[in-house]
Amino acid sequence: MSSAADSVNAGRSVSQKRVSRPGQSSTKHYYFGAALVLLGLVLLIFVAPNLIDETRAFRLNKPPDPVQFEFKPPTFVGLAGAFYILVGFLTVLRDRLGSWTRFAAIAGVAFMPLLILAMALGRSDLSGTNVVNLLVSSLFLATPIALGSMTGLWSERVGIINIGIEGTMLGAAGIAYMTYALVGDGAERWALWLSVLVAILVGGLFALLLAVLSIRFGINQIIAGVVINLLALGLTGFLRSQVIVKSGVGTGVATPSFGIPLLSKIPVIGDQLFVGQPINFAMYLVVFLTWLVMFKTPWGLRVRACGEDPHAAETVGINVIRTRYMSVVLGGFIAGLAGAWFSLESSARFEDNMTNAAGFIALAAMIFGKWTPWGAFAGALLFGYADALQTRLQFLKVDIAGFEIPSEFWQMLPFAITILVVAGLVGRATPPAAEGKPFQASQ
Amino acid sequence: MTTPVLEVRNIRKTFPGVVANDAVDFTLMKGEIHCLLGENGAGKSTLMNIVFGLYQPDNGTIEVDGEEVSFENSRDAIAAGIGMVHQHFQLIPVFTVAENVILGSETTKGKLLDLDAARSIILDLGKRYGLHVDPDAKVGDLSVGEQQRVELIKALYREADILILDEPTAVLTPGEVDDFFEVVQSLVQQGKSIIFITHKLREVLAVADKITVMRSGTVVGTAEPSTSTQQSLANLMVGHDVTLQVDKTPAEPGETALVVSHLQVSDTRGLPAVAGIDLEVRAGEIFGIAGVQGNGQRELVEALAGMHKIDGGRVQMLGVDVTSMSPRQISELGVAHIPEDREKHGVVGEYPIYDNLVLNRYFKAPFVKRGVRQMGAIRAEAERLIQMFDVRTPSMDTLTSSLSGGNRQKTIIARELSQDPKLMLVAQPTRGLDVGSIQFIHEQIIALRDSGVAVLLVSAELDEIMSLSDRVGVMYQGKMVGVVEAAGATRETLGILMAGGTIDEARTDGSEHRGSSR
Amino acid sequence: MTNGAAPNGAAPNGAAPNGAASKKITRAFSLQPILVPFYALILAVLVGGVLIAIVGVNPFTAYGYLLKGMFGSPDRIAGSIARSVPFIGSALALAVAFRAGLFNIGAEGQLLLGGVSAAWVGTWAWMADMPAIIAIPIVILAGMLGGGIWGAIPGLLRAKTGAHEVITTIMLNSIGLFGVRWLVSSQKPVVLRDIESTAPRTRPIAEGARLPTFLDSSQPNLHLGLVLLVLAAIAMALLLDRTSFGFEVNTVGLNPGAAKYAGISVNKTIVLVMALSGAMAGLAAASEVSGTSGTFQPGTFAGMGFDGIAIALLARAKPIPIIFSAIMWGSMLSGAPLMQQEADVSIDVVRIIQALVLLLVAADAIVRYIFRVKVETGNEFAASSTVEAS
Repeated sequence: MSSAADSVNAGRSVSQKRVSRPGQSSTKHYYFGAALVLLGLVLLIFVAPNLIDETRAFRLNKPPDPVQFEFKPPTFVGLAGAFYILVGFLTVLRDRLGSWTRFAAIAGVAFMPLLILAMALGRSDLSGTNVVNLLVSSLFLATPIALGSMTGLWSERVGIINIGIEGTMLGAAGIAYMTYALVGDGAERWALWLSVLVAILVGGLFALLLAVLSIRFGINQIIAGVVINLLALGLTGFLRSQVIVKSGVGTGVATPSFGIPLLSKIPVIGDQLFVGQPINFAMYLVVFLTWLVMFKTPWGLRVRACGEDPHAAETVGINVIRTRYMSVVLGGFIAGLAGAWFSLESSARFEDNMTNAAGFIALAAMIFGKWTPWGAFAGALLFGYADALQTRLQFLKVDIAGFEIPSEFWQMLPFAITILVVAGLVGRATPPAAEGKPFQASQ
Repeated sequence: MTTPVLEVRNIRKTFPGVVANDAVDFTLMKGEIHCLLGENGAGKSTLMNIVFGLYQPDNGTIEVDGEEVSFENSRDAIAAGIGMVHQHFQLIPVFTVAENVILGSETTKGKLLDLDAARSIILDLGKRYGLHVDPDAKVGDLSVGEQQRVELIKALYREADILILDEPTAVLTPGEVDDFFEVVQSLVQQGKSIIFITHKLREVLAVADKITVMRSGTVVGTAEPSTSTQQSLANLMVGHDVTLQVDKTPAEPGETALVVSHLQVSDTRGLPAVAGIDLEVRAGEIFGIAGVQGNGQRELVEALAGMHKIDGGRVQMLGVDVTSMSPRQISELGVAHIPEDREKHGVVGEYPIYDNLVLNRYFKAPFVKRGVRQMGAIRAEAERLIQMFDVRTPSMDTLTSSLSGGNRQKTIIARELSQDPKLMLVAQPTRGLDVGSIQFIHEQIIALRDSGVAVLLVSAELDEIMSLSDRVGVMYQGKMVGVVEAAGATRETLGILMAGGTIDEARTDGSEHRGSSR
Repeated sequence: MTNGAAPNGAAPNGAAPNGAASKKITRAFSLQPILVPFYALILAVLVGGVLIAIVGVNPFTAYGYLLKGMFGSPDRIAGSIARSVPFIGSALALAVAFRAGLFNIGAEGQLLLGGVSAAWVGTWAWMADMPAIIAIPIVILAGMLGGGIWGAIPGLLRAKTGAHEVITTIMLNSIGLFGVRWLVSSQKPVVLRDIESTAPRTRPIAEGARLPTFLDSSQPNLHLGLVLLVLAAIAMALLLDRTSFGFEVNTVGLNPGAAKYAGISVNKTIVLVMALSGAMAGLAAASEVSGTSGTFQPGTFAGMGFDGIAIALLARAKPIPIIFSAIMWGSMLSGAPLMQQEADVSIDVVRIIQALVLLLVAADAIVRYIFRVKVETGNEFAASSTVEAS
C-alpha cells in the first residue's frame, strides 16, 4: 500500500467533511437568545407590575400546615425576567462562552411551567397552590400520551407510519370495558386485570391489522391508519350500544391505587408522588424499557435499521418483514395498555370516542420528541401539564382583564407547538428515512 | 490456488417477463480474483444476488467448498463465508461505523449491545487490511471512499472468505482505484477469494486472474487476461464487433455561448458544492467536464439549468444574464438540458410517451389553447419526434416507464432537440445504457456540435469525455482544477487532476506519480 | 415500484383520459374500475350482517330497514342525497391534493374553518339587506376562502420548510377544532356565539344568504348545494384532466423532480393545490351552513373530513365518480337511524361497513383473491422487473 497516495486520499475525505461542517451550525441560537431577552423584558416591564403584590405560595402538600415556598408574584416574576435576560445573553454569546450556556438555556425553558403558575397566582385571589399535586396530575394525564407515543415509536422506527394510534387505543378501551362488563359484572378484581390484559391484546390485534395492511398488502400506510380509526370508532360504538349498555354495567371499579413500598413513605411528597394507579406507574417502565430495548440491544438496532434502510438490513440477513411485524405489534400492545387507562383507570366506563384525539396528541408528542423515547416522554409530560394546568387555572379563577383564559387555548397548544417543531422553527425533526415506504423482500 | 471455493451450476432466474439468468455456470478458485464482465443488464448482479442469498434461483445448484448449499436469505450466505459489497452501499447514514458493521451479527454483553468490543474489532481489521476508519463516525459524514472501506470491514467482520465486489470502482478516482486494487491484492494474499463485477475493460485487464463474460443472462465465455485485449473483451461482451472510437472532425468554435464566472452553489444539505467556477463554452464545441462523482458536477449543471439556487457568481447564456432565472426562462432562451438522473428529472414514468415528448412545451401553442390542452397537436408532434429519433415503442400511448433505458434517453433527447437549442447541457448521457444506444447518443452529440450548438458535457466516464470533448475541464471539490485541450490530454494527466493535483503536476510528473502509487 | 402514494395506481389512471379514442372506448365499456368497490361493498355488508346476527337480530330485517331508510320514499331519497352533498366536497378536498402527490387529511379542519367563515360573513349586519344574488355568492366564497386558507397553510409549510402535510394537517385539524369551538361557544367574551341559543353555535345567517331549497319535506332539505358541489366535481375533473394547470398538478404528483426540470414551480403548485383542496372542503361547509342549518355548529362536521378520505379512495380520487361514492356513503348514514329505530341495531353498524369497504378497496388484493378479479394492468410487475434489470 502506498502511504503517500493513501494520505492524499485520507486528507481529501477528511477535508471534504471538516470544511463543510461549520456551515451547518446555524445562527439559530441568536434568534433563540434574542427571544429569551425579549421574553425577559416583557416579564419585567409589562407582566410583573400587573400582578397582585401579596404573598402567594407554592405548596408541596395539602393544608393544614403545608410545607410551602412563599413569594410575592411581582418580585418572583421580575426576578425570572432578569434571569431570562441573562440566559438570553449567554445564549447569544454561546460561540465565545462555550457549550455550558446550553444548560442555562435548558434550565430557562424547564423553569417556564413554574413561571406560568406563579403568574397565575399573581392574578388569583387564592393564596397558594399545591405544585406536587399539579405534577402528579400532569403525569397521570400524560400516561396515555406517553404510552401512545411509544406505540408510535415502535411503529415508525421500524418504518411504518402509524396514524391509527387513536383507533387502536379506542378499540382497546372499548373491548376491554366490554369484557369487564360481561365477565366481571362489576367489582370482581380478577375481571379487572383480565380486562386490562384484553386491552393489551386488542391493541396488538389492531396493530397487527395495520401491519398486515401495510406490510403484506403494501397499501398506503396513512390509509391503513385511517381505516383503523374508522373501524375502531364504528366497532366500539356498535359494541357499546349493543353490548355494554344492554349488560347494565354502565360504570365499574377503576384500577386500585397503591403505594410503592418505601418511596411512598417519604415525608411530605411520598404519599402524593408514589401512591397511584398501576397503568400510570407502568408507563414509566414502558418508556424506560422502550429506550433500553430500542437503543441498547441488538434487536433494537435491527428495528431501527429496518426503519432507516430495509434493503441494507436485508443484506446483513435481517428478516425485515418479521422485524416489522413484531415491532408494530409490540407497539400495539402498548397502545392497548393506554386504551385500558381510559376505560379502566381514569374512569371506569366506556363512552363513544372517549380517547378524544389523545392518539393524535401522542403522535404530536413523538414528533416533538424527535422520534426518541425520552424526547417523546418530555413531550407527553408537557402536553399532560398543559391539560392539568387548564383545570388548575379554572380552579384558581385566574382572569386577565376580566376574561378567563379559555380552555381551548391549552388544548390547542400541543398541536401548535408540534407544527413549529415539524416546520423546523424549534430544532429540526427528522423522521426515520424509510418511513412509509413499502418494502418487498427480495426473492 | 487450484481448489474451487464456489461453484455455480446451471442457474436460471426469471422475473415476471424477464429471464435474468439462464444456464449460468461459474467457478471461483481459492485465492483468485475473478472478474465478472458484462454490460448493464447482462445479469451479473442478479447472479451475485443469488450467490449472496438475496434471490432464490428457479433452478441450478451452488456449491461452497465442495458442498451443495441452499440459501434462504443472505444470513445463510454470510454463514457460509460469503460477503458482498454492493454497488449502492448498503449502509445506514445515521448509524455509526461500528453500528453499521455489527448490524445483524451484533457483539453483545449479556443481552445488551457491546459497542466497545465492536470498536476494537474494527480497529484490528483496519490494521490488518489497511482499511482505516473511525468506528464512532456517523457513516453519513464519511466520504464515498471511506464508506467503501466500511463495507469491506463489514464483510470481513463476518469472516467472509469469498468477497463479491459489485462495480466497486465506479465512485473512485483513478488514483483511488489503484489503492483499492492494492487492498484487493492484500485480501487475496491473506487467503480471500474475490469476485469482481465490472463493465470496465481496463480494470479487468489490470487485476483479474480469470475473466467470465456475461451477456443477456448467459455466460458467453471465459478468458485469461494474459491473452485478452480490450477489443476482444468488448466484442465478447457485446456480441458483435464494436468500435471503441468515435469519429469526429476538428471543432470550429464560434461565438461564446456560455460564460460562467465565480459560480458558487450549495448542495441540498447547504454545504458548498460548487466553490467558484469559471468556464466558457463556445458555439460548435464540446466542453467536457471530468471528475469523480460528487465533486459538484451535478450541482453545477442543475444551477446552470436554473434548478438549483445560485449563491454567488454570474452565469451568462447566449448573451443574456441568467443568474437568477427560472428553469423555464432559461429553457425559453434556447438552452436544452439532458439531466443526469433520467428517472428523477428526465421523464415522468407514469405518463404516456407523448406527454413526456412535450414536457418542455406543453404550456405553449399549439399544445394548449386558452388553458386547455390540445391533444391532437400533442399527438402529432409526438408522432413526428418518435419517427425522427427512432424511439422504439409499440405506440405513443405506452407508459414511458416500460421503455428500455436507451429509448427513454432517446425520448428525452428528442424532446430537448425539438426546440432547436443553441446551447446544450448534457449530464451523464449514457449511464447504464447498452452499447448501441451509447453509439447513437454519441453521434447525436457530435452532430449537434457540428451544426454549431455549444455543448457542455458532464460525465463520470473518462473515456466518454476524452472521445467526445474538444476541451476538457476537471472538477475537484467544487473547483475547476484544470482545463486542457482534449487532443493533448491523457488518462494519466486527467487522473491526477481528478485527484486534486495541479496542471503542473499533471504535466511534469504525471507518469512518476502513477509509478509511485504502484 | 416503491411509490406507495398511489393505491391502485389511481393517479396514473387519472392522467390517461386524454388518451387515444380507442382506449377511451375500452375504458368506457370496462367494468373493471367498479368491480372492486362493488365486491368490497358486498363483502362488507356480509360481515356487517354477521355482526347483526350475533347481537340477535335478523340481518335481512335490519338491512331492509336500512334500505327503506335510504331510499324508501321520495322524501327519503331526497334526504339521502341532501345528506351526501357535503361529502362530495370533503372527498374532493382529498382527491385534488392527491393528484399533486399530497395527502390532505385536513379536510376536517378545512370544513370547520370554511363553515365558520361562511357563517361569520353571513351574519354581518349589512348582509341582511342584500339580495340573494349577491349574498349567496359572498357567503359561499367566504366559506371557500376560509377552507382555502386553512388548506394553504400546510401547503406553505410543505413548500417552505418541508414539513410533511400529513402531520401538519392532523395538527391543524385539532387547532381548527378548538379554535372554532372557542369562537362559537365563548360567553366571556362573546365572539360569534348566538347568546339566545343554549347550544354553542353562531347566530343565523341573513335570510338572503340562504341557499334556495328544492324540497323542504326531506330530512335534511335538498338545496342548491347539490348543484354547486356537482358542478365543483365536474370543474375539478376538467381542470385536472384537460388543462395545462391540471397537467402541471399531475406532473408534480407523479414526479416532482421532472416537474421542476420542466419549468413547473413545484412549490407554487403545492400551495395552490392545497388551497384549492381546502376551498373544496370550504365549499361543502358553506353549502351546509347556508343550505341546511342556517347557522354554524362545529359538531355537524365531526368525522366528515375523514369520511371524505374514504369516499375519495372508493372513487380512486377521480372527481366524477366521487359524486356517486359520496351519495352511497351519505345515504347509508341517512338510512341508519330508521334501522336503529325499527330493528334495534346500532347505527354504528353502518360505520363498520364503511370502514370495511375502505379497507377492502385499499387492500384490493383481498377482494381480487376472493372474487378472482384480474389485476387491471401488469404495470406493477413490469416496473419491478425493470428495476431488477437495471
